[in-house]
Amino acid sequence: MRGWLRADGRKGIRNIVIVAYLVECAHHVARAIAERHDAGDVHLIGFSGCYPNAYAQRMMERLCCHPNVGAVLLVSLGCESFDRDGLLDVVCASGRPAELLVIQQAGGTRSTIAQGRAWVEGALADLATVPTVPVLPADLVVGTICGGSDGTSGLTANPAIGRAFDRLIAAGAAGIFEETGELIGCEGHMAARAVTPELGAEIVATVEKAAGYYTTLGHGSFAVGNADGGLTTQEEKSMGAYAKSGGSPISGLLKPGDLPPEGGLYLLDIVPDGDVRFGFPNIADNAEIVELIASGAQIILFSTGRGSVVGSAISPVIKVCANPETYRRLPDDMDIDAGRIMEGRADLDTVGVEIEALVHAVAGGAQTCSEALGHQEFILTYKSFTPAGPACLPRRVA
Amino acid sequence: MNHSRAALSSAECRWAGTGLAAEIAQARHVLLLDPADNVLLALADLPAGLCIRDGDTTIALIDAVPLGNKLARMPIAAGSKVIKHGAPIGSATRAIAAGALVHLHNLASDYLATPATERAR
Repeated sequence: MRGWLRADGRKGIRNIVIVAYLVECAHHVARAIAERHDAGDVHLIGFSGCYPNAYAQRMMERLCCHPNVGAVLLVSLGCESFDRDGLLDVVCASGRPAELLVIQQAGGTRSTIAQGRAWVEGALADLATVPTVPVLPADLVVGTICGGSDGTSGLTANPAIGRAFDRLIAAGAAGIFEETGELIGCEGHMAARAVTPELGAEIVATVEKAAGYYTTLGHGSFAVGNADGGLTTQEEKSMGAYAKSGGSPISGLLKPGDLPPEGGLYLLDIVPDGDVRFGFPNIADNAEIVELIASGAQIILFSTGRGSVVGSAISPVIKVCANPETYRRLPDDMDIDAGRIMEGRADLDTVGVEIEALVHAVAGGAQTCSEALGHQEFILTYKSFTPAGPACLPRRVA
Repeated sequence: MNHSRAALSSAECRWAGTGLAAEIAQARHVLLLDPADNVLLALADLPAGLCIRDGDTTIALIDAVPLGNKLARMPIAAGSKVIKHGAPIGSATRAIAAGALVHLHNLASDYLATPATERAR
């Protein structure tokens, strides 16, 4: 595996240019700049809101300074509330080439698109000359999520990802699992896996927070499609989803944008703190993927039974298909056929090893199905968090 | 609500671990995830009327049970817990006969409403 060493010591497995719109009003201009180029080299991200939000600001900082990102073009309308100069300062301080175009000052749509395209051309030429360095298993941060789950997800793909997580973490990588609302009912078991009792108590509290939050909203993360796939209740979905975490001790509890301080298994708390303010925590799977990436994930392992086809901007998404019939129906979209376990044609350990090998191949430059198909979904919405307490990362404090 | 949450918190959240593949390979139509479970998981689309083996017992399916769905392996009284993965996944909203599909029409979460539930009832 080879990649790109960044000034903060992290290594990227991709070396892309980000074009980021800072309000929906700049979205079209940013898209017109990005779509001119090879989809694999230039990715489009952005925040649509006009009103300031500390979470969105921090997420954009983390995403623009993600190790897979080599250069950043910011596109502002000019009158939105986003702190564009603050973001530009953070990206410049990270050592990356960066530019800010303000549409209202750059001559409008046509002129800004032309200037943006020219800047991206130059950035791509510069990035092509950056030397690569070896990437070791311990340099990897891998996130996992399940979406479009059905009754097979918890039997095949999720526990197979758990096996892959165990192997990756044993080799020094960091693994991040998430969605405390999908871990309702598992909090006691998770607390027992925490490296300190204080971290265990934080994990129980965060699941209780999620249960309270979703109760206020009237329902959990359970979607109608989950029921069509044979799952009936939130706690049933939780039991299957939890298997993605494998069997490693839980080393810490992160909030979106917090980086794992070292290798190990981490739980990402995606449910906002305080009163229910901005609606549903994550409106679709891609919002969770974006949070995993903001917390440093260079690769995402995505378990699906019903057949999600999404990818993501910034980090490649590996699709692990739980249901053998879905795999036969959507072969171009699925990277791993974990449904073989359902039919007795493979076991969990075999598929776990296969997933680990694919993680290494993708880190070495191999394209995932969703990358090859051009998927670069991206969602960032309003949220609010309070910083994680010292008990959440015990080893860093020690 | 508080009572059921406490009960779930204390339940060990288990999932199928080592040996799952062997269990799946041996079972023809259904999978028992944990000996404590009162439901079986369909490993294929199973038609109503099909007779399936559950240990030494034979169960005739009352309903069609699609792949990934659950069927009752014993009678489940209204209000009692449905157990899968060895842990409660909700409560029966009506009496469920052995061999019946267990889903939105007869099972509800002890934590959070399922969006499709009202439509299904």
